[in-house]
Amino acid sequence: MQITGSIARPSAARIPWMTIAVWGGLAILVLIAYMRSPLATTAVLTSTIRQSTPIILGALAGIMCERSGVINIGIEGMMLITAFLGFLFNVWTGDLLLATAGALLVGAAVGAFHALMSITLKVDQIISGTVINILAVGLTGYFYQQGLTTRGKLAPVSIPVLADIPIIGPVFFNNPPITYASLILIVVIHVLLFRTAWGLRTRAVGEHPAAADTVGIAVNRVRYINVIIGGMLAGLAGAFLTLESVGSFERNMTNGRGFVSLAVMIFGKWTPFGAWGGSLLFGFANALQSQIQFLKSQLPPWLAWIGDLPPQFIGMLPYVLTIAVLAGFVGRARPPAAIGKVYEKE
Amino acid sequence: MTAEPEIVLEARNITKRFPGVVANENVSLTLRRGEVLALLGENGAGKTTLMNILYGLYHQDSGEVLIRGEPVRISGPSDSIKRGIGMVHQHFMLVPVFTVAENIILGDETGNGPFLDLKVARQRIRELSQQYNLDVDPDAYVKDLSVGQQQRVEIIKALYRKADILILDEPTAVLTPQETEELFAIIRSLTARGASIIFISHKLKEVLAIADRIMVLRRGRVVGETTPREATERSLAEMMVGRSVMLEVEKGEAHPGEPVLILDNVTVMDDRGQQVVNGVSFEVHAGEILGIAGVQGNGQTELVEAITGLRPVRSGRVRINGHDVTNASPRRISKTGCAHVPEDRQEDGLVLTYSVADNLVLNTYYAPPFARGVVRDDRAILDHANRLIERYDVRTPSALTLVSALSGGNKQKVIIARELSREGRLLIAAQPTRGIDVGSIEFIHQQIVAERDRGAAVLLVSAELDEIMALSDRIAVMYHGRIVATLPAAGATREELGLLMAGAQPANTIHEPMMDGHPTADVQRRGV
Repeated sequence: MQITGSIARPSAARIPWMTIAVWGGLAILVLIAYMRSPLATTAVLTSTIRQSTPIILGALAGIMCERSGVINIGIEGMMLITAFLGFLFNVWTGDLLLATAGALLVGAAVGAFHALMSITLKVDQIISGTVINILAVGLTGYFYQQGLTTRGKLAPVSIPVLADIPIIGPVFFNNPPITYASLILIVVIHVLLFRTAWGLRTRAVGEHPAAADTVGIAVNRVRYINVIIGGMLAGLAGAFLTLESVGSFERNMTNGRGFVSLAVMIFGKWTPFGAWGGSLLFGFANALQSQIQFLKSQLPPWLAWIGDLPPQFIGMLPYVLTIAVLAGFVGRARPPAAIGKVYEKE
Repeated sequence: MTAEPEIVLEARNITKRFPGVVANENVSLTLRRGEVLALLGENGAGKTTLMNILYGLYHQDSGEVLIRGEPVRISGPSDSIKRGIGMVHQHFMLVPVFTVAENIILGDETGNGPFLDLKVARQRIRELSQQYNLDVDPDAYVKDLSVGQQQRVEIIKALYRKADILILDEPTAVLTPQETEELFAIIRSLTARGASIIFISHKLKEVLAIADRIMVLRRGRVVGETTPREATERSLAEMMVGRSVMLEVEKGEAHPGEPVLILDNVTVMDDRGQQVVNGVSFEVHAGEILGIAGVQGNGQTELVEAITGLRPVRSGRVRINGHDVTNASPRRISKTGCAHVPEDRQEDGLVLTYSVADNLVLNTYYAPPFARGVVRDDRAILDHANRLIERYDVRTPSALTLVSALSGGNKQKVIIARELSREGRLLIAAQPTRGIDVGSIEFIHQQIVAERDRGAAVLLVSAELDEIMALSDRIAVMYHGRIVATLPAAGATREELGLLMAGAQPANTIHEPMMDGHPTADVQRRGV
């Protein structure tokens, strides 16, 4: 799944056979599974999309930051803080959309904090991100009160006609708003990065800030804006967790998703579509493990031994998969050249 | 010559201080329409600082800048670009993973609203390249271009922004003599169309060849102004350094002995896994200097790294002093008596956060007299350092000063002191005088010749053709990872070497086999 990190050359040269083979193979597998067990297959696929939503949003947050040269390992913390405050906004106002907007604003603020620390104050970017992660766990844990619940969750909106298509309909066209938003954002950010002047500048700043500076681009301003946009994307992921997925807050509910996002971003070679592929993989593993735990009794005899495994082992599946994918299949991923470096002129 | 053309750019009494140094002091210059003003000076004389002020990257502490007679405050590059100033930096400001077109439009993107329109950009780039004879493919990735082509991209980048005042900072440092000629042709066609050019260099020949006027900077001050008609290389060198200098290196005849370093069909890969040294064979004999000439990036760096054990040898053999050291550890190679002056002194030659004394024992600290068992002998290390500082004229406040505080020339002298004081049988010196002052260059050149006369074999790798020609006894030209020719230094000319460096076939340019029975061009054919 090679998505070129730059505007493709006009020649129609390389046909991505590997990508076609992988996705084609998957489509065939899905069809076979659907014919054998339509309900379970649709459930797994729908759940795949839902599970992958916070991951792809987190990965998009990472892409925006890192393409401009700022490492962001604080995505986990950003998600957790915004999940918590988004939840509280909803408890106070009772308005889900207002709460989502609140989560976005908080995300922007945490992003601005990270930008301030790592760009203006020149704190090591890893440390700044770690600070955010630690603060998030501490603050949300401290202020959390048990027993609060949201007033409703963001509900699925079914798109007429399209939602009736078998498999594709329920999977893609019967989702709640943030899930739709994440799918649209993949395209939007791809276009932003690779087809607009802003994207060109962002990538230049992440690759060779001095070159950008000498043609009159304000390097640090570009970085600030991208890191803040990244914070908002992480905020959307946080809002997804409390306002769309669970409906309440739990301590440390991000559960490593922010870090998985980073893994997926690297897997996708810092491109939105590549990261989406990684997110789907993780989402699928997650969906599969919960389906297995649900449907233990219905497993075919040759797979019955899976049902006998301790549930913790099956619960590990998505994380093991993440490690395997990152370790084995990534190949040489090349991060933006100026990543993690403070830009100083004089 | 009647009325002189108008003044397009003027700097008056510019002063700029950095912590601890005055980079520019009361510097004034004028640039007229259609002329080439050369700014000559050693590294650290303040040329680049002055240009960065004119381009808006730095701000002067005092003094003013006038563009077309109008006083201006240049707040940043976008300001200077707006006023028609373009700059080609010494280290190119191009994003390697972008295409030529993307690099050129960066910061000045045309398009439909926020979207890029590369079609229009490509069209304009093609027009500019035709108009000025600057041949580049707008869709090529910059990382795939040669240095000369990248420079053209930089020039187009300035022209695309309609610059008519062009600052070229050390533009010939990375070019072959032929590419330099091409650049001069481009400069002439630019000035013919009314552009004005500031040409920064420390190379006397080039300044005399291209400039209309020459301004010399020394230690941040203007020390003189002249024209190529009035000046000679010698007079310019004296102005630049402030005393009379020896342009030639004094050296007697070589007395080559038995081979010390023998390479047999060596291939090496670069970091990206590309084979950049393709079957290189040569011998370096005791008591001779073999110079490797070539444009940077033709495999010299990787070759030296492979010989010194810093990079795996993929195939072939390396022998030093009769030992097979192919893929041996750097320490083992060093112990065979191989001294190495690495190309990148900051990265590979020194530990910048260590003292001068510690840097002087970087490859001997573990053995007596500097260590007793596992414990360092600080006394011995300090005595050793003081001896070498004296003998190699290292200008440092003390042996315990951090090496990062020294000037480039003195850093290099620390490395030279460490490596030469071991009196090995082989010296490998890569770019030994890059970016250092003339005084240090003279000293280091003398030391290298002294090593040869002591009987060591010397392998000299340099991108400065003048250095190669001045020091070498034999010259091997490297092009695309191969030694394309090996010739005696005595009869080699710049033109001939330049052609070989650009990949011309050696057949019609090669010398007659040498007279003194010393193998020349046949070394590589024999493959030793």
